[in-house]
Amino acid sequence: MNKLIALTGDQAAAEAMRQIEPDVVAAYPITPQTEIAMNFSQFVADGRVKTEIIPVESEHSAMSACVGAAAAGARAMTATSANGLALMWEIVYIAASTRLPIVMPTVNRALSAPINIHCDHSDTMGARDSGWLQVYCENAQEVYESIIAAVKIAEHKDIQLPIMVCQDGFITSHAVEGLEIFDDKKVKEFIGEYKSRFSLLDIERPITVGPLDLQDYYFEHKRQQSEAMKNALTIIPGVLGEFNKEFKRNYGLFEAYRLDDAEIALVVMSSTAGTAKVVVDNLRAEGIKAGLLRPRFFRPFPKEEIAKQLFGLKAVSILDRSESFSTQGGPLFIDIRSALYELDNKPLMNNHIFGLGGRDIGIEEIESVFRDLIKAVKDNKLETKVNYLGVR
Amino acid sequence: MEKKGWKQIPIGGLIAQGGTAKEYKTGDWRTFKPVRNESKCINCLICWVYCPDSCIMVKDGKMTGFNYDYCKGCGICASVCPVKCITMEKG
Repeated sequence: MNKLIALTGDQAAAEAMRQIEPDVVAAYPITPQTEIAMNFSQFVADGRVKTEIIPVESEHSAMSACVGAAAAGARAMTATSANGLALMWEIVYIAASTRLPIVMPTVNRALSAPINIHCDHSDTMGARDSGWLQVYCENAQEVYESIIAAVKIAEHKDIQLPIMVCQDGFITSHAVEGLEIFDDKKVKEFIGEYKSRFSLLDIERPITVGPLDLQDYYFEHKRQQSEAMKNALTIIPGVLGEFNKEFKRNYGLFEAYRLDDAEIALVVMSSTAGTAKVVVDNLRAEGIKAGLLRPRFFRPFPKEEIAKQLFGLKAVSILDRSESFSTQGGPLFIDIRSALYELDNKPLMNNHIFGLGGRDIGIEEIESVFRDLIKAVKDNKLETKVNYLGVR
Repeated sequence: MEKKGWKQIPIGGLIAQGGTAKEYKTGDWRTFKPVRNESKCINCLICWVYCPDSCIMVKDGKMTGFNYDYCKGCGICASVCPVKCITMEKG
């Protein structure tokens, strides 16, 4: 029987970690992630989990300790946000390249400067080329469930990559929602026991982790990593299928909302999709065929599936909660435009960058994007350009 | 040696066994190599004492040559030799 309790997104992440009970958690507090580490530390202090907790002096050390623990064969986790993730940078790459399946709840927050503690996606988007898997969650329930599924995805023998489970800072991390919590035993059964493919502590089979890898083999290791990312694209739906069957859910690489017969649509990730769904419903009530595509996984990027979903639409706007400064739009837009390039019948398309530094976005702004799309369809003209939604 | 392709090597750069440093011939780095004039050598073995890479080969108390697989060509042996029987040559 699932239990219904009121939790914030951060508490939901900590609750998932309690049920997973990793061998090692190394963490350093940073707003708005702090409450994940804080709540989990409480579980350890109360003796509710046997996890070895390492209170480190920085995020760089948190990720380093996770790399060490994972190389020793432990199931290792940490959590971070914004500048904390930036400080982990060097080791974030090492975790992925050493193929250590570390799970990291990440609470999206703007990167400095100027200093801002509120939500946007510039932190994790900056890490998009590090080789980590990334899943973006709409609400606390999805955060809780995605962290559980993430363990099994990261540890899959043909993936072996670390994963960030992202939620929107404050919007999701600090808002209280009613949450369905699975039975502890069922979660443990689902994730199973972790058997690492090697261990630094195995004195019978001495190994070297992270050796020098110059012109002769470095390239080959990067090629392996791309293959793992490609594998992830085909393996994740299967793992989510198992999850869906076990917990009666319906997760995929993306969520399509009223998209089947839609003529115009938005693409947006994380919590803003919830607001956009309200707008879609309002427009549908007016007889306008509006829809929404919410990519859950940004890495691996489900290129073909996204192209299939957007094929046949008349006009699409892609909403990015971060700026790439390429002057070609946000990272989501750039990837989606590239995914659609080979389609014969491309929809009219533009990009809106929104919500930087936690700038609120309401149904009025989202509706204005849809109204522009309606006009574009009528005129059969839409300039492919980057707009800034809600900036003065 | 034929190099392996990306499908043939352990993932993540893992070296799955111990003692593999033996297979790494650090002599590849060398620009100059020590060459000995055997007739001048007095077998004092001071070169053996000073060589940082244990490359001076000795048998029955006599210097027999250099292990070029690991000699990095630092020139310490030539510099400490009291009779100057070791010279550094390119290669």
